[in-house]
Amino acid sequence: MSRAVRFAPLALLLVLIAGLVWRLATPADTTVRSKMIGEDLADVRAAAALPGRPGIWVGDPYANPRVINFFGSWCVPCIAEMPLLQELKRQGVGIDGIAVRDRPEEIAAFLKAHGDPYGAIGADPNSNIQMQFGSSGVPETFIIDPHGIVRYQHIGPLEPKDIAVIRDTWAALRK
Amino acid sequence: MRLLIALLLAVAAVPALADSNLPPAYWSDRQLPDARQEARAQALMAELRCLVCQGQSIADSDAELAGDMRDLVRRRIAAGERPAAIRSWLIQRYGSWISYRPTAEPAAWPLWLAPFALLLVGGLLLRRRIRLSRG
Repeated sequence: MSRAVRFAPLALLLVLIAGLVWRLATPADTTVRSKMIGEDLADVRAAAALPGRPGIWVGDPYANPRVINFFGSWCVPCIAEMPLLQELKRQGVGIDGIAVRDRPEEIAAFLKAHGDPYGAIGADPNSNIQMQFGSSGVPETFIIDPHGIVRYQHIGPLEPKDIAVIRDTWAALRK
Repeated sequence: MRLLIALLLAVAAVPALADSNLPPAYWSDRQLPDARQEARAQALMAELRCLVCQGQSIADSDAELAGDMRDLVRRRIAAGERPAAIRSWLIQRYGSWISYRPTAEPAAWPLWLAPFALLLVGGLLLRRRIRLSRG
């Protein structure tokens, strides 16, 4: 048997180990990006989550462009991004919320405790609106253009550096 | 003492990414009354990936979103929708990644070609063996 063939298994093992070490050092990205960016969601509607507060019609030309934020009163990272959503609201960005798997009284208590950046709030008791958006968790933030088409998705809680991106993306759609 | 109290509090604490307070969706853990429909739903659920615990199918996962997806699958199948239509509805939103069934996309070609390649290699090795033993 030639020398090259004799060392082939060892070489194969080294390649395998190198591959495993590389994957451990740079773990795969597990965030699920929505495939709905650029897609029309104008027909999606969410019933009002709170009495006396409108629900959401994604295609509403008077509400768009706007930010739609998926949140939940049971979601701890959502608390962290509330001040940032309020800052966006202060800067003039229209923000509506979709409360995922939530109850009216718990939503009301959450907004009272952590501030209320939302105009309309839609209810999503069985994650169906989330699935229509291709969203897989809370918090997630989408930007909808004047025609009800999804233009942007942010996964996870907003951070201070994201504010400018959201505001500028929203402002660019406002024509 | 303080440490002990802190540890006891930690035991009672709610995990940071806790589930919601709503009960599971109606059809998430209930079988459809029609056994044939339920069998179709089960087969589809076993081939859909849970978006939360990404190594599991929604049939196996305890995540709330997986429960809501099982609810969606059973409702749609009960309404007469074909499993293939439900699968492609989800693929349209989350990508072909959500389905465990291998597709015919170019990315999956090595998967389909591998058995033939291995068979070829095996055949070549065998031929060499036979030649060697003859010689």
